[in-house]
Amino acid sequence: MKHTISVLLQNKPGVLSRVTGLFSGRGFNIESLSVNQTLEADVSCLTLVTTGDDAIVEQITKQLHKLIDVIKVTDNSETDCVEREMILIRVKAEANTRAEVLRIIDIFRGKVVDVGPKTYMIEMTGNAHKLQAVVDLLRPIGIQEIVRTGTIAMIRAHKN
Amino acid sequence: MKISGAQAFIKCLEEQGVEVIFGFPGGAVIDLYDELLKQDKITHVLVRHEQAAVHAADAYGRVRGEVGVALATSGPGATNTVTGIASAYCDSIPMVVFTGQVPTMLIGNDAFQEVDIVGITRPVTKHNYLVKKAEDLVPTIREAFHIARTGRPGPVLVDLPKDVISAMINFPEPQPIKMRTYRPTYEPHPGQIEKACKAILKAKKPVIYAGGGVIASNSSEELTELATKLGIPVTMTLMGLGGFPGTHDLSMGMLGMHGTYYANMAVAHCDLLIAVGARFDDRVTGRIDAFAPHAKIIHVDIDPSSISKNVGVDIPIVADCKHALTAMNSWLDRTEACDAAATVKKHEPWRNEIDAWKKKHPLGYVQDSDIIKPQFVVEKLHELTGGNAIITTEVGQNQMWAAQFYKFNKPRNFMTSGGLGVMGYGFPAAIGAQMAAPNRTVIDIAGDGSLQMNIQELATARQYKCPVKIAILNNNYLGMVRQWQELFYDKQYSATVLDVAPDFVLLAQAYGAVGLRARKPSEVEPVIKEALATDNTVIMDFVIAREEGVFPMVPAGKATTEMLLV
Ligand SMILES: Cc1ncc(C[n+]2csc(CCOP(=O)(O)OP(=O)(O)O)c2C)c(N)n1
Ligand SMILES: [Mg+2]
Repeated sequence: MKHTISVLLQNKPGVLSRVTGLFSGRGFNIESLSVNQTLEADVSCLTLVTTGDDAIVEQITKQLHKLIDVIKVTDNSETDCVEREMILIRVKAEANTRAEVLRIIDIFRGKVVDVGPKTYMIEMTGNAHKLQAVVDLLRPIGIQEIVRTGTIAMIRAHKN
Repeated sequence: MKISGAQAFIKCLEEQGVEVIFGFPGGAVIDLYDELLKQDKITHVLVRHEQAAVHAADAYGRVRGEVGVALATSGPGATNTVTGIASAYCDSIPMVVFTGQVPTMLIGNDAFQEVDIVGITRPVTKHNYLVKKAEDLVPTIREAFHIARTGRPGPVLVDLPKDVISAMINFPEPQPIKMRTYRPTYEPHPGQIEKACKAILKAKKPVIYAGGGVIASNSSEELTELATKLGIPVTMTLMGLGGFPGTHDLSMGMLGMHGTYYANMAVAHCDLLIAVGARFDDRVTGRIDAFAPHAKIIHVDIDPSSISKNVGVDIPIVADCKHALTAMNSWLDRTEACDAAATVKKHEPWRNEIDAWKKKHPLGYVQDSDIIKPQFVVEKLHELTGGNAIITTEVGQNQMWAAQFYKFNKPRNFMTSGGLGVMGYGFPAAIGAQMAAPNRTVIDIAGDGSLQMNIQELATARQYKCPVKIAILNNNYLGMVRQWQELFYDKQYSATVLDVAPDFVLLAQAYGAVGLRARKPSEVEPVIKEALATDNTVIMDFVIAREEGVFPMVPAGKATTEMLLV
């Protein structure tokens, strides 16, 4: 099963390699990874997506926790959270396909951020499923290149 | 007043109570060596290979229950420490290793003798540091010692660039260490203690499975109290030997691949397994689904990631073993439902069952008249030292015979490279142990192959007047590998015959040490007696039955009940 895990880290040199080294060294896999500063300048938030059964994911969270520079580990699969990725897509946009491309990205609330003589660059955010759906729809029209961020996640506010 | 980084380094060691460090110099740490010479509180032991410095620091720390310290220069000095660090990491040994580094402005330049030792040792240290700013030096060293000795202990490496050591700094006052991200749990959860105790009182066939955590947390007294209070049989891992008295009626000796028949049978048939400071290593469990199949499992460990890692646990207790055992003992003492004497009696049929296994297949060997059996040597060593020596081992058959036949009654008397199994550990470890306990008898039970991996340390032993005794169980083979080849590879002894071997007696003499040899069983005792009476480093070369095997043996991947017994 897929798990999105958020890790709060001390923002120090080499910390990221401790995390990734742990995954490669113990044979856990990382499907996507994203990391940046939080509100506190000396704390980073790293979000990673991994797969494994419950025992493996339990080991992953415990091992992450054991790293001296790790402040907090949350397995978001246990909570109700918002997950987002961002994608940039360079898609063929010639006279006969332009309208179709615009229609598709409009449905998914993407936008065109760069226009070339025969291509559009499209920017879009969403969860992994939604972005995959867009890629699948645009592929027959002619995708030249995609770049995709890792997933980031935030827990929803408690209702009531 | 400002002092140099090197002076601050010495002050930090003093502050931590360090009396002995093991090291080897080089350009990057020459400033540290200059300062070491100017003081007399800290003894520096000059080894002949950096790996030996780390093993020596490992054993020094284990004997003393303190943090061992090793020092090496940058580049090759640093890389030579890696095996020792990895061994200490696998065995959870508290240690701080200092390495020199090229000046900060050269880092990343492929400078002379530059290696990224922090990167290299990341997976084999509890934590490591590259000190980039001189003002971070002192707080980093303090934090390194704190991390090494607290929680689940382990090695910490501190990499010291040359300009950091030579910079002038203010020496900050010591402050209590507060780390936002590192707060090990020492106290057990009372609810879990109660659950565990109730399960213990309910059990009919309980077994205590004690590991190195019992030694690390100094809780062998508390463990012994629990076991004897309720009459619970105890088995120990290689790292746990001495955690419970080996000659006690309740001791079943070691379990696992070369454990006793009765310990493995007891674990296979128990209804409650009380794991204390042990980690369900594959050499202990054998085929995992056949390990303690009928048992409820209680697991006490300070490292949450050890719990349910290999074997699912019913009652986890994350705590220091000493705190947890103390809490269990006091719960049992104050609970009316616990009638200790009745419980001891209740377990009698279970102990009888175990005794029957013991009678059926005791640990044993046949000593005939003309050729020395290695087990006989170990038994004689035990007898002639009154069981009171500090024993280190190399790796292989020698290590297993030592574990099986030297009955350790006290903790911190047995040093072996358990988790990593490093050939070449035993001799430098013996030097470290001797430096830690100058008045004790220290014996390295050695294999002829392993000893050659750090034989150069004869010079160190002589230089520091360490009267360590080396007992070579000389089979002229890489015996343990040969045993596997005999049993599972059709006796194809590929690369396990040591065709050329030194004359160890002459070799000892070449270093100014004493060499003795025994070829016949009748010569064993006189040789040991002479060695023990000699105030010098001694090699005892015991020419043993070449193809003797270590038994019982659980073949890799088999259930622990599927033992080869011969
Ligand atoms: C550094 C290292 N290399 C290789 C091994 C694999 N190995 C394990 S036991 C052994 C044989 C050891 O031979 P010896 O020291 O003579 O001990 P014996 O088994 O004969 O008692 C070997 C090669 C090891 N444990 N460590
Ligand atoms: Mg040998």
